Amino acid sequence: MRKQVLIGLSGVALLLLLRNLYVMFVDLPDEVQQGPIFRIIFFHVPVAWTALLCALFAAGSSVTYLVTKNLKYDAFAVAVTEVGLAFGAANLVSGMIWGRQIWGIWWAWDPRLTSMLICELLYAGYLMLRSAIDDPTQRARIAAVLSIFAFFDVPIVVFSIKWWRTQHPQPVVWGGGKMEPSYYNMLFANWFPILLLAVVMIAIRMRQERIHREVEALRRYAHEF
Amino acid sequence: MGLFLRQTLTIAAKDLRSEIRTKEALNASVSFSIVILLLFSFAFEPSSEQTHEIAGGLLWIVFAFAGALILNRSFARELVNDCLDALVSSPTPGPALFTGKAIANLVLLLIVELISFPVFGIFYNVRWLSQFPLLFVVMFLGTWGIVVIGTMFSAMTVNLRLRELMLPVLVYPMMIPLLMGAIQCTTALLNGQGLGGEAAPWLRLLIGFDLIFSILAVALSDTVLVG
Amino acid sequence: MSAAALTVDGVWKYYGDFPALRNISFQVGEGECLALLGRNGAGKTTLLRILAGLSRPAKGRILISGADARAPETRRKIGVLGHGIAVYEELSAFENLHLFANLYGIRDPARAAMEWLERTGLERVRDGLVREFSRGMRQRLAVARAFIHNPALLLLDEPFTALDDRAIAVLQGLLRSARAEGRTIVMSTHQLREALELATRCVLINRGKVGYDGERTPEMLEDPSWLYRNYGEG
Repeated sequence: MRKQVLIGLSGVALLLLLRNLYVMFVDLPDEVQQGPIFRIIFFHVPVAWTALLCALFAAGSSVTYLVTKNLKYDAFAVAVTEVGLAFGAANLVSGMIWGRQIWGIWWAWDPRLTSMLICELLYAGYLMLRSAIDDPTQRARIAAVLSIFAFFDVPIVVFSIKWWRTQHPQPVVWGGGKMEPSYYNMLFANWFPILLLAVVMIAIRMRQERIHREVEALRRYAHEF
Repeated sequence: MGLFLRQTLTIAAKDLRSEIRTKEALNASVSFSIVILLLFSFAFEPSSEQTHEIAGGLLWIVFAFAGALILNRSFARELVNDCLDALVSSPTPGPALFTGKAIANLVLLLIVELISFPVFGIFYNVRWLSQFPLLFVVMFLGTWGIVVIGTMFSAMTVNLRLRELMLPVLVYPMMIPLLMGAIQCTTALLNGQGLGGEAAPWLRLLIGFDLIFSILAVALSDTVLVG
Repeated sequence: MSAAALTVDGVWKYYGDFPALRNISFQVGEGECLALLGRNGAGKTTLLRILAGLSRPAKGRILISGADARAPETRRKIGVLGHGIAVYEELSAFENLHLFANLYGIRDPARAAMEWLERTGLERVRDGLVREFSRGMRQRLAVARAFIHNPALLLLDEPFTALDDRAIAVLQGLLRSARAEGRTIVMSTHQLREALELATRCVLINRGKVGYDGERTPEMLEDPSWLYRNYGEG
């Protein structure tokens, strides 16, 4: 049953993405200054929002784990963190491709890029820490503490990087923030299927995590004899 | 409250005494920071005017690296003979244990910094003596931040395989805002600009970072120490 | 009945989904000496760690003289002697004891430290670093550390393994006088005979469950494996 729901959801997400791609390339005109590459923003930005939401949920479920000591929340925290990392990476890569086209360089120490990179490193550390702890209960507890620390760090990172860059000459001036309504709508229209995909991935990861825990427990039962 | 303070200071004094006696971390940390200072001289022209602009960055990278050596030892020291168990099962609350260890680490890291600072001044021809009181304030704030994050993560990673490798990977990304603040303030001071003006928001960042993570660490110390 | 010295009430502890302790319940009255028996990996150490406040149960409660095991007041009443000797190599014998006396909030830590150095026969090496001590001396220091705050409840994890003869003699002497003073003792052990001689009660743990809980009977002394044969996991 659950499996069917997940397959159904991902099907819906894929159909919507296809539809959005069609609209993007056929209906929407090229952006005046940037040309066709502009369309990458319809993935670049929603993916970043998704990653941020993931960070929020990771912190929330980590706190919930520490309060309830229910490993379900720990499984949710890992799942959300991993998926968030993947979407963060997608954000970085799409940003780099765009940068190569528009700025002519793969990487600019732009505040947003830099902040995203630091956040990726923070949460990659979370996964590394987890992999080094054997006892699932201890792993959940220590990882939850790290996740909370990381979450408090994220806004500080974002703001401080922004300050840092405003005091130094920026490599590229960020274009005006105005966007045409049709573009704007597409941003949200595309966010929906991306979020849906994230939800499916999180559900699958949580299930894996549960099965993994069961196997681990069975192994310990086996050692008892 | 009196007992809390007594326990905190007892832990701090214990760590300092064992470290001063063996000087394991201290020696390694001081020589390591001098080696890095030396290595930097190959990365850019040490006598150029440019040195002043990157002086703060240089120093704090050295301090952060040297700190990792000290912080790694902080809880690893308790592993021999299962001493950590005896501390946790004593009536010492987690926050007292954490604060005591953080204070010891702060003192040790400040010692390393006070040794490497003059060396830096000589190597790179940077005049710092006239600015010293304010510089020390910045050093204190920056070092406290390094130590709060580092002590917490030292406790979190104490039982892990690959502990020594894990700590820097976890700790440095977390410290980036703090290091930025410390770097900006230090550079401003070394260029004779004082802490007003452009450096002011960075000083506030330093203080804010210290406060937020001190509270967080104290609040979560029992969670980390008691399984 | 007056408040038991130790109440273990429906305690569960998990490693992930695996229950290491499964609904453990028993009580120890004041002045009793409990031998905690069980095979390796049965959960003795896990339970003792919970009693010592080193870890929290997932379900259930631990009450020590009616108060929570993690409360600072409670921990002042517990003396723990675990697997490790828990003394610092780079500190002297006196400094080690002084340190713990301070942590336990003892009013005159220096005097307490001196007193226990004497009681364990270490007064002549009070300023020697533990690093230079022989194994037996370290063990006696560890015993002094565990006793320095006059704990009402002693938790000993495998106390007689790896001790040398003199340390065993010191420990047995201390445990006997502790019994005479009405202190409560809980010890896990493999060494059946030494443990059973001191014990008034036995709790046998089989795979995280209580297999036997009762008086220590004379037949146990005569035939130490009697308990395992009759109540061990079959």
